[in-house]
Amino acid sequence: MNLVTIAFKSMKHRLVPSLLTSLSVALGVALMVAVLILNTVVTKMFQETGSGYDLVVGPQGSATQLILSTIYHIDNPIENLPWRYYQEWQEDPRVKYAIPFNMGDTTEVGNFPIVGTTPQYFITEYAPDKKFRVGKNENGLRGTWDAVIGSEVAKRNGWKQGTKFKMIHAGQDDHVHEEEFTVQGVLAPTGTPNDRTAFVHIDGFFMMSDHSKPVRDAIKMEAQFFRETEEQVTERHKKDIDEILRHEGESDDEHAHHNHGPTPDIQKEVTSILLVLEGTSLQRANRALIIQGELREGRRSQAANPVQIMARLITNLVGNIRLAFLYMTSLIIVVSGIGIFVSIYNSMSDRKREIAVMRALGARRTTVFSLILMESVLLCLLGGIFGLLFGHAIVFVAAPIIEARSGLLIESLAFTPVELIVIPILVVMASLVGFLPGLTAYQSDVAEGLQS
Amino acid sequence: MSLELIDVRKSYREPGGAELPILNISHFTLEEGEQVALIGQSGGGKTTLLNVISGLTRPDSGRVIIGGLDVTDLPEPARDRFRAERIGIVFQTFHLLPAFTALENVLLGMAFAGKQSRKYATELLDLMGLKARMNHKPGQLSVGEQQRVSVARALASRPRLMLADEPTASVDLANQENILKLLQETCREKNVSLLLVTHSQEVSSQFERVEQLSDFNQIEVHA
Ligand SMILES: Nc1ncnc2c1ncn2[C@@H]1O[C@H](COP(=O)(O)OP(=O)(O)O)[C@@H](O)[C@H]1O
Ligand SMILES: [Mg+2]
Repeated sequence: MNLVTIAFKSMKHRLVPSLLTSLSVALGVALMVAVLILNTVVTKMFQETGSGYDLVVGPQGSATQLILSTIYHIDNPIENLPWRYYQEWQEDPRVKYAIPFNMGDTTEVGNFPIVGTTPQYFITEYAPDKKFRVGKNENGLRGTWDAVIGSEVAKRNGWKQGTKFKMIHAGQDDHVHEEEFTVQGVLAPTGTPNDRTAFVHIDGFFMMSDHSKPVRDAIKMEAQFFRETEEQVTERHKKDIDEILRHEGESDDEHAHHNHGPTPDIQKEVTSILLVLEGTSLQRANRALIIQGELREGRRSQAANPVQIMARLITNLVGNIRLAFLYMTSLIIVVSGIGIFVSIYNSMSDRKREIAVMRALGARRTTVFSLILMESVLLCLLGGIFGLLFGHAIVFVAAPIIEARSGLLIESLAFTPVELIVIPILVVMASLVGFLPGLTAYQSDVAEGLQS
Repeated sequence: MSLELIDVRKSYREPGGAELPILNISHFTLEEGEQVALIGQSGGGKTTLLNVISGLTRPDSGRVIIGGLDVTDLPEPARDRFRAERIGIVFQTFHLLPAFTALENVLLGMAFAGKQSRKYATELLDLMGLKARMNHKPGQLSVGEQQRVSVARALASRPRLMLADEPTASVDLANQENILKLLQETCREKNVSLLLVTHSQEVSSQFERVEQLSDFNQIEVHA
């Protein structure tokens, strides 16, 4: 029998108090592990999501709102930008891809956000070296009424290739669009908000009732945006506008224009534009900064870097919450440490005899000291290991719930090396906690202990 | 091993501050392999004497020489080591550890001497007639059995000197003789010197050499 088995057996002898104290440590460790893992996973997700785009261009307003709505679909879009503005970006030599985004609507079933976009979105890497993939024999957006859905949408709604679905007009529960889109492909899981989004072809999106802007409003808006007169705008879109006005005269049926081919550019709007810039990563970063500066001076739109905005949000908001959680769990662990201290210290009077007997059998003072310390370490480690397992169990159970509530995809078996620091922390704590009782054992009088 | 006590004094301080002399032994010897019963009344200092011999209590002055080695001069860790390897102790109240089985208690008797042999522990328990009780915890054993486990434990590290502190005082009559016999026979067999202290004439009558503690402990005994 060595010291560890001796300590272990005397722990086992006092099973209930030992288990209770270990359990309190386990609880603290479990919470800490859960917080660490969730935090790591969430941070990683935030850092990766949107990292494939250098800039998101949107109307003036809150950059955070722009990113949250465009990349995460968890905030309302700010306003709209004229289609012509998107076309300008397409022609900008610094821009490799400009991808238009139209948002606000949701699927009738499941209430998933709808994004109207171009096929370009799916051939662009959504994060460095990460491309969207659809299933075998499935397609991307090719036709006007095509849709591609995220893996979660497919799973929750039971949709697959060929499924037709309708959508609800932005913010109006009772306004279901008549038009139907057909699922052409299901995206492989990406661990990003794309998984819970339904993408439809932007052409179809525009052709839906109420999605093309009334022409007079459109002229007004475009003129205002580009600081031109309405006459200049009308001149620019003369052919389209004449055509539209002619149809208006023909029929009052509000859906009439559906049958007349693609939506004219003047009536199109976008909620935001994703930009992938030309050049090396350094050049891209530089250009992004320059563009951001230009737009700031232009005072009609803004460009935001999704990773930067999220990093700021994480440090300011999530970071503080995480810190608060870590403080809290540390406190729990410290309290459980005190619990172990009280438990061992209380047992010392009962153990005066045991210690004296061991000394009489030839144990040194340092040996009985180590024995008490060992017990404290064992209690803490036992709790720690149990806590690690328990923590992972919490993540395992919580992951799908968090996913369902917030759309954050969390790997339920995620493991972060950081969590292993609890082991040395616990050993240090156990040593501190066991020190005083150990000292009592070290100093206890053998003859007196044998009297009892 | 032989034992020699020279001018050993030990006194305690009374709560009032006055000196309370317990031991004052000018000379006492025990030969190698010898067995002696030391008779003394309750409170006469028997336990204190054994503690001084085993090194658990330091005498105020004097020398304790075991096997020719003056153990009083040894630093504490060395005395602990010496006790672990050379001295076996049997207590009046057994002092078995309740968390451990009979076998484990015997193994503990070797643990601090750094030599553990499950085989020898088993052998000793067998010798004590406890073959069927090895894996029982003290709480599951009768007092007689418990004391036999403690004798096995005291013998576990193959000591050369056995100190027995009223080993039969807590045991029922039927077991007293048996335990005493076991202790005497195994000590004789293994050539272990035995110093047994008791207040009972009945026990001491089993020994060839019997000493009255009061004969050589020169203190005024309080009434
Ligand atoms: N640590 C101590 N402090 C003060 N007095 C003690 C201490 N230990 C023992 N004594 C006293 O010493 C005397 C002898 O005790 P002890 O050696 O246990 O006697 P015995 O074993 O012969 O009954 C008793 O009067 C006891 O009260
Ligand atoms: Mg006594």
